[in-house]
Amino acid sequence: MVRRYVSIWFRHLNTDWFSLRQPHLKKTPFVLRTPSHGRMIITAVNNVAQRKGIHVDMVLADARAILPDLEVSDDKPDLATKLLKCLALWCIRFTPVVAADPPDGLLLDATGCSHLWGGDQPYLTEIAKKLKERGYDVRAAMADTIGVAWGVARFGKGPSVIDSNKHIEVLASLPPEALRLESGTVERLHKLGLHQVSQLIGMPRSSLRRRFGSHFMMRLDMALGWETETIQPIKPIEPYQERLPCLEPIVTASGIEMALLRLLKTLCFRLHQEQKGLRMAVFKGYRVDGKVEQVQIGTSRPSHNVDHLFKLFEMKLSTIEPALGIELFVLEASKVEDHIPLQEKMWEGSGGPDDPELYELIDRLAGKVGMQAIHRYLPDEHHWPERSVKPASSLQEKPTKTWPTDKPLPLHLLKKPIRIEVTAPIPDYPPMLFRYKGKVHKITKADGPERIEQEWWIQQGQHRDYYRVEDEEGSRYWLFRSGHYDDQNYQWFMHGVFG
Amino acid sequence: MSSVSRVGLIQKLQADILRLQGFKTAKNTSPDIGLGFMREAFPNRSFPIGAVHEFLSDQTESIAPASGFIAGLLSSLMRNRGTTLWISSNRTLFPPALKSFNLEPDRFIFIDLKREKDVLWAMEETLKCSPLTAVVSEVRHMDFTASRRLQLAVEESQVTGFIIRHNVQNPNTTACVSRWKITSLQSDPIVADSFSGQKYGVLPGIGFPKWKIELLRMRNGRTGAWDIQWINGRFVPSMETSVHPKFSIDIPEEAERKTG
Repeated sequence: MVRRYVSIWFRHLNTDWFSLRQPHLKKTPFVLRTPSHGRMIITAVNNVAQRKGIHVDMVLADARAILPDLEVSDDKPDLATKLLKCLALWCIRFTPVVAADPPDGLLLDATGCSHLWGGDQPYLTEIAKKLKERGYDVRAAMADTIGVAWGVARFGKGPSVIDSNKHIEVLASLPPEALRLESGTVERLHKLGLHQVSQLIGMPRSSLRRRFGSHFMMRLDMALGWETETIQPIKPIEPYQERLPCLEPIVTASGIEMALLRLLKTLCFRLHQEQKGLRMAVFKGYRVDGKVEQVQIGTSRPSHNVDHLFKLFEMKLSTIEPALGIELFVLEASKVEDHIPLQEKMWEGSGGPDDPELYELIDRLAGKVGMQAIHRYLPDEHHWPERSVKPASSLQEKPTKTWPTDKPLPLHLLKKPIRIEVTAPIPDYPPMLFRYKGKVHKITKADGPERIEQEWWIQQGQHRDYYRVEDEEGSRYWLFRSGHYDDQNYQWFMHGVFG
Repeated sequence: MSSVSRVGLIQKLQADILRLQGFKTAKNTSPDIGLGFMREAFPNRSFPIGAVHEFLSDQTESIAPASGFIAGLLSSLMRNRGTTLWISSNRTLFPPALKSFNLEPDRFIFIDLKREKDVLWAMEETLKCSPLTAVVSEVRHMDFTASRRLQLAVEESQVTGFIIRHNVQNPNTTACVSRWKITSLQSDPIVADSFSGQKYGVLPGIGFPKWKIELLRMRNGRTGAWDIQWINGRFVPSMETSVHPKFSIDIPEEAERKTG
């Protein structure tokens, strides 16, 4: 998978922060100073001052000579670090992996994120726009490697989004500063007349290493993508995993249960702190002989209830074969979702679809017989009886329409209509008697017909004419004739029994 | 000790025994189940909830009247709250039809199991879950031990259990609190009767569901048999002809018929 990185360069990070608090500084030349060896040195310059020829590391007295109306403030140590950390946390809206890139940048691992904003270009534009709206002067670039993204953001003259696998061509056109080198190395390269990276790429690696050192080679390889570079995210993504190594291999069932309980307690404590609940968890036992024994559970709703999860595992623990012993237990939550504590509904009473005890019961049943055995139904927009209900996706899902009440429906509906033999006197009259499972039922009362047409956009076929009939013994049935009476191929079916 | 106080003592002890066995006294707020006409048969004159009831059926079609009667009972037990589980290994129940018994079909959870052995396991497991209103299950075989386990489960959780037993020819002894047999009866023709007493005649077609309720066994109660109808969301003891509810003012509720 091609990785994509975004590098953001804050051109005037510290002065922008001051201008946000004192808006009048935006239009006037403004610098930050710090004492150094008995003099005042400029540490940061805003946009206006920079255009007037004032740069960082200048002595303040010289700058005052150039621009007498220069605004000056004391620099705050560690301001840039703090600002970058805050901005990095804010940028988590764009990607989960964000890193601060001191002294004045951010790095974003945008792999697989940009499509949510409709592509690389809109993604990058959005980032730059949002930061500019906050008052920061930024340049951002996107490329396959961190090195190229960094270089293009600071030194690039062309487009800021570098297409996949085009990063080497772009890198070649950049000056050597774009390689994130030490200032001494850059100076030496310029002295040697190497003003573009393209001149360096073709050179023999051994001589480059000898002249400029291994740090230079590492930076070059990183930019080219030959060496992997990892970034340290501001918010590390920790897997929901707990480990329990054992001093002695565990062979007994009670030992395994104790290990599971201990792991569950630590994992659930963490989940509880983060308001998460697990939907799926795997409990693994690494055996002495190298085999891995594992059991898996799933829940119907995020849960961090130790007792409940333990019960779910308990049903399956017997499948773990310890053999010579298990020396390491690992509990991993492979699927974790937000678990927002519900407010108690006093008027609903207990036993409603939100009751946690009900969920735990369903999980226990699902653990034994499988989730496919548990059904709940909602009405669907169809008159065809087989299609009039649809399985609900969850226990909370509410019906979108009301249940039909306009006509009597059979309490028991056969999964498949059963062929019956019928004697019917006149067309469209209910039958007089029918034979079902070898027994003749004589009909005394009947209602109908009620015609239900095929839904031609779903299925082709004949319509059904339903009759409610009652036989001599009082049993009430739902019969239908498929097709018209005067058709040659009409058939009678039994489809249900009324209560 | 005089004989009067002895009678009083025995009555008090009997009441204590009933209470210990999980039967609520009439003073306790148990929902009005709509079976007022048969309350003499129940212990403490109230339908035992928090117990397991057994319904026999001798062939597959005849579970429909039993499930209809249970649905009628559930409509008073649930009152559009709570959840009911329906466990079976070969379910034919059609959820939308529950609506005609004043039940919300989406408040039912169906557990469709492959093996009948699992049905009793699931029934026992679910009966322990006190937030549930009721659990209905369809089984063929149930031995005494299994029924005892179910009874123990409900005594703690106060969930009401209904067991529909398919194809039972010679029922064995179980620990269930009651045993019922529900069979369909030919429905009564509906007579359209106006206020003036002028007859418009008998309406054609099928009338309201009508069942013969046989209470074969009732622990601490009495047995009996009744003909009842399900009219407009409640049980009505059967009369010679029923009155169409659209034109009627009141249906006599306390009309008790002792056919047993």
